[in-house]
Amino acid sequence: MSTVLKPPAPAAAPTAPPSRKRPKRRGESGAHVLEPTALTRIGLIAVVVLSIFPLYWMIVIASRTTSAASKFPPVLIPGGNLGQNIERALTDPQANLLLGLQNSFIITGTVTLAVVLISTLAGFAFAKLRFKGSKLLMFGVMATMMVPLQHLGLVPLYLMMVKLDWLDTYQAAILPFLVNGFGIFLMRQYTLQSVPDEIIEAARIDGATTFKIWWRIVLPALRPGMVVLGLLTFMLNWNEFLWPFLVLSSETPTIQLAIRQISVGLYSTDLSMVFTGTLISIIPITILFLIFGRQIVSGIMEGSTKQ
Amino acid sequence: MTTAVDTARTHRRRTFRNRLHQFDLKGVPYLFVAPFFLLFAVFGLFPMGYTVYASLHEWSTRKPDQTFVGLDNYKFLLFEYERFPWSIVNTLGMFVLATIPQLIVALLVANALNKRLRAQLTWRMLVLAPIVTSVVAVGVVFARIWGQEYGMINGFLGLFGVDNINWQAERWSSWTAIASMVDWRWMGYNALIFLAAMQTIPKQLYEAAAIDGANSRQQFWNITVPQLKPVIIFTTFISTVGGMMLFVEPMMFSSGSFDGGSNGQFQTTSMVLIDLLRTYGNYGMSAAAGWLLFIVIVLLAGLNFLVVNRIQGNK
Repeated sequence: MSTVLKPPAPAAAPTAPPSRKRPKRRGESGAHVLEPTALTRIGLIAVVVLSIFPLYWMIVIASRTTSAASKFPPVLIPGGNLGQNIERALTDPQANLLLGLQNSFIITGTVTLAVVLISTLAGFAFAKLRFKGSKLLMFGVMATMMVPLQHLGLVPLYLMMVKLDWLDTYQAAILPFLVNGFGIFLMRQYTLQSVPDEIIEAARIDGATTFKIWWRIVLPALRPGMVVLGLLTFMLNWNEFLWPFLVLSSETPTIQLAIRQISVGLYSTDLSMVFTGTLISIIPITILFLIFGRQIVSGIMEGSTKQ
Repeated sequence: MTTAVDTARTHRRRTFRNRLHQFDLKGVPYLFVAPFFLLFAVFGLFPMGYTVYASLHEWSTRKPDQTFVGLDNYKFLLFEYERFPWSIVNTLGMFVLATIPQLIVALLVANALNKRLRAQLTWRMLVLAPIVTSVVAVGVVFARIWGQEYGMINGFLGLFGVDNINWQAERWSSWTAIASMVDWRWMGYNALIFLAAMQTIPKQLYEAAAIDGANSRQQFWNITVPQLKPVIIFTTFISTVGGMMLFVEPMMFSSGSFDGGSNGQFQTTSMVLIDLLRTYGNYGMSAAAGWLLFIVIVLLAGLNFLVVNRIQGNK
């Protein structure tokens, strides 16, 4: 009774997703503290209501007209204008939302793919390959996680883009975000967990090169981890504001820049337009969140306990 | 004769293969980690070093000559440009206002999520849901909620006879509004991190405490919180770095500008940095502001490590 509830040791099987949850057995526990009290439930429900309310209210206003945003008590029932508002927001030439969405998909998609690729390569090397200086280099990777690179080097980085004549280009928005120490850290952990040394040794004896081992053995085993890293990277970069704001202009905006543009510019008083745009901007992440909620939750939880 | 040549050839081929194999073992690992370090050198290390250079020069769009001025930029920011020291006060104020309640609530929420609930994943996703919004979106919605004329908060306070408050006007009020945006978006994320750590606490500790007659509140304070020490330090550190770079929330709260209200009452250091860069085109000054901000972050990270260590150590 006393030991069964301990979390399982990291799975060694190459196919086992590290996020696999152990079902809790009912009625088995010496710890009655784990039973939720009524107060716990009420508190939790209150927190959830507060978490969801601003999102819900965004939908309500996006489905009505501007005047609904000014009512008190707040309007809580969605109206019938959502489709019309979305059409108006997307087709408005000044709002630039479609272009913003397109740019955000290109930039965020490229960053995500590249970060996952770079991280699986380096994560595998740090987890399983022996080479001189690997400990020191891994320490370097960890150090980059601690330093707010984009802020500290912001001015020279910006000047660099000016010098290269890269303002308003995709590469300016993409390249600085490929430096992602967290990704390497995470993929190193996943590799340690899901690729046993014996398989690599066996492949070496069969004459497989390091690259082949990575491609044939490590990548397939890391697939769940790659999904998690990809999701977290996509979410983070989709929401990035400051750097795109510096290097892109209102003619080539990301979706975030477009939202700021409509909320402070021409449409600042047209709230149903602003809220509809805001709603549109969070739809891609919301869809990912609904489909991959389990992976996102476990990615955040796994990433933290492995420090 | 021919056999001798053949042997030599095979030998040579073997050494070539051997060398390839050696390279595969010793060289290829470096190729695997090279992309990260190349990118880091170009887009991380070089700009960081170059910031030092820029910060020591008078360098702006108007004066592109890059005259060496020593520490003048730093002196100006610290002692003459009042907005800068105030921006540090503002950033710290918002950070404290946002972080302390957030971590406490996150701990309690994690503790609740750690109980035996049905539909665990659903609860976790609901708590985490605010993370789907971008900071810009949070800014748009919360600026309305905290609005002076028609905002929900003022509407609610009006029920108790409180006059409409202009939340942007004062330090305390604008900080509160901005802190609420940070808390709303990040509380669930931190709660999940605490939850993950709670699940690694051995259950025997609770069982032993229960046998000794400790109630659940005592168990929470005497077992859960001390056991979470490393995670609390880590989360506080991450929040410090994030909090000191606060930018988008206050920017959206001041309708997209960098001045942080009429008197800069909620202008953060990052906003000063961007203001110097974008509005004034003053590269040298902006770089100096970046370094000063970095120093503040390092000092704070050290400080909160000491403080958390001390508090936890006494328990």
